[in-house]
Amino acid sequence: MNIVAKTRRDMLFSMLRIRRVQERIEADYMQDRMKTPVHLCVGQEAIAAGVCATLRRDDSIQSNHRSHGHYLAKGGNLPALIAELHCRSTGCSKGYGGSMHVVDVSVGHLGTSSIVGGGIPIGTGIGLAFQMQKSDKVSVIFFGDGAADEGVLYESLNYAMLKKLPVVFVLEDNHWAVCSPRSTRQVADNVFLKGAAKDLLFAAKIDGNDAALVYQTAKKAVDRARKGQGPSFIVCDTYRILGHAGCKAQDPAGYRDTCEIDAWACKCPVDTFRAACLADGTVDQALLDEWERDIASEIEAAFRFALESPLPGPQDLHKHLFSE
Amino acid sequence: MPWSRIATDQNEPEFFRENELPGRRITYAEAIREGLRQALALDERVFVMGQGVDDPSGMFGATRNLHQEFGRDRVFDTPLAETALTGIAVGAAMAGQRPVYFHNRPDFLYLAMDQIVNHAAKWSYMFGGAVNVPLVLWACIGRGWGSAAQHSQANQGMFMHAPGLKLVMPSTCYDAKGLMLAAIKDPNPVLIIEHRFNFKQKGLVPEEMYTVPLGKGVVRRPGKDVTVVGVSHLAMDAFHAAQELAAESGIDAEVIDPRTLRPLDEELILESVRKTGRLVVADTGWKTGGVTAEIAAMVAEKAFKYLRAPIKRVAAPDLPTPSGHTLESAYYIGQPDIKKAMIEVMAE
Ligand SMILES: Cc1ncc(C[n+]2csc(CCOP(=O)(O)OP(=O)(O)O)c2C)c(N)n1
Repeated sequence: MNIVAKTRRDMLFSMLRIRRVQERIEADYMQDRMKTPVHLCVGQEAIAAGVCATLRRDDSIQSNHRSHGHYLAKGGNLPALIAELHCRSTGCSKGYGGSMHVVDVSVGHLGTSSIVGGGIPIGTGIGLAFQMQKSDKVSVIFFGDGAADEGVLYESLNYAMLKKLPVVFVLEDNHWAVCSPRSTRQVADNVFLKGAAKDLLFAAKIDGNDAALVYQTAKKAVDRARKGQGPSFIVCDTYRILGHAGCKAQDPAGYRDTCEIDAWACKCPVDTFRAACLADGTVDQALLDEWERDIASEIEAAFRFALESPLPGPQDLHKHLFSE
Repeated sequence: MPWSRIATDQNEPEFFRENELPGRRITYAEAIREGLRQALALDERVFVMGQGVDDPSGMFGATRNLHQEFGRDRVFDTPLAETALTGIAVGAAMAGQRPVYFHNRPDFLYLAMDQIVNHAAKWSYMFGGAVNVPLVLWACIGRGWGSAAQHSQANQGMFMHAPGLKLVMPSTCYDAKGLMLAAIKDPNPVLIIEHRFNFKQKGLVPEEMYTVPLGKGVVRRPGKDVTVVGVSHLAMDAFHAAQELAAESGIDAEVIDPRTLRPLDEELILESVRKTGRLVVADTGWKTGGVTAEIAAMVAEKAFKYLRAPIKRVAAPDLPTPSGHTLESAYYIGQPDIKKAMIEVMAE
């Protein structure tokens, strides 16, 4: 499957933008202005960007605590994200949620749980609603290898297969859950890769740092879901370059091998895809330079917006518990 | 999350102490760790499990490096499968082991609610006492730095509601160790809910093994004018509020730290209220249907005629925890709220 040039360009732009936003958050974090526990997705950008490039605005995603990449790739509002990290009233969750609880309903992002696995059944239920509404919309669920430890994944997949729901389960296997390697938690490849019959579940395990491959695989899954043929399960092999939470300085030493980090840094999804796009003429250096300038000024504006925005106060505390 | 930068370790205040063994000054985390270490050494049935017990932070230090001393068969990391792993701990406990299952947040216990409430808490009763479940569950309430609605819940009220489960909330280093050892020794399921604020304390802790009995509260400050029950770190806040009030206006408050919420040391609270006629109850959890509600109802039922003023409750508002720091500071209660409540009951 060839990916049209425009899609490749959009994907690369999306990945670059996610990367630059993460870097800026990382660089600013020790200033203590973002009083929220950030979980950065540096090294995993190809998955968010590649999968979301196959989606329409009215499709839905469920994300997790490592939320920024999914949010931005789906088209979430950048200033509202940065304002949320700064606990402002103009934040996407008005300062009630923080980094782990982002939302942008206008692009089909109905909110994020910080309970690992919490979004899996919810995304399945969104798929059920789409099916009941006889729409061809698709529900995508992003979750980590840690969430794949939870029984709720089995329960949700079973139900999605039973009802042939338009749901794509995207497992981002970044090898670690906080400081626990996958090998202390799972014995081998996830059972769903081998367990279910092909017509019940389209399952694939791919290099999650290969943006084009992520796109192509997700496209199959999303097309299948749109046609009412049922759920898919995509395991994306990738790696969390930064620490579990916070900035570089806050990643405890000693739990993982620095050679492992270096090896994965060499497989940087952004670098690889940019080089490929330059090589095949999808982009040229002039365009890349222009993008970098645009992204930098967009980020600058978003941070300025956040810092100039009002903070919520005691008068806001009791709002929103119930919907009026 | 720069928890450690928020405040430095502080010595516990010079509160009233009775029947405590002499000790040396160590941190809260060291106190728990020492208790665990002694239990692991004493009884080979004891094992420690939980997500991250063997990682560099080792449950805020409470389990740090225990796997090096006792091996990964007895101190081990788990998958993020709280429902099944709780059931697995319950099964192991029934069949003769003594599991201690750690969670860094009590929010995650909701995933295990079925095994805790439907199974562990009911097993002894449901089979006429034929099988018991000597299980310890431990979790630590988070607070601040935008922990938000799913990483900062003080959900002790939910667990206090369930018969068959013992519920412990220590507030001093001495009790953290002694109650941990008592919980491991107990033949029943015991849930210990800690608070991150406690981990900033240093206190006097004996080196030897000792237990603090489950179901026994303690007077942290004797007084005659008003009784203040403070749960977990609010026992310290109540103590400081009482000291301030005594210095400022001569009001002499009696501060009670219940230490275990189930069984609750009702007699200690009632005895104090009979003397003072006034009661303030402070808890970190939600107000409605929670710990303060239960303690206030118990006193209203059993000591109504001694009350000279309506009971005052200081508790978290009935809301999920907001994440933004300005909303957090509007949300949380502490020393000033307890002091204000004491002044109000004194004015009645
Ligand atoms: C049910 C539950 N258990 C434990 C936690 C604590 N926790 C937060 S993130 C995390 C690791 C999750 O790993 P994974 O799903 O692989 O995502 P990653 O952080 O690697 O992106 C853990 C254990 C939690 N939030 N929810």
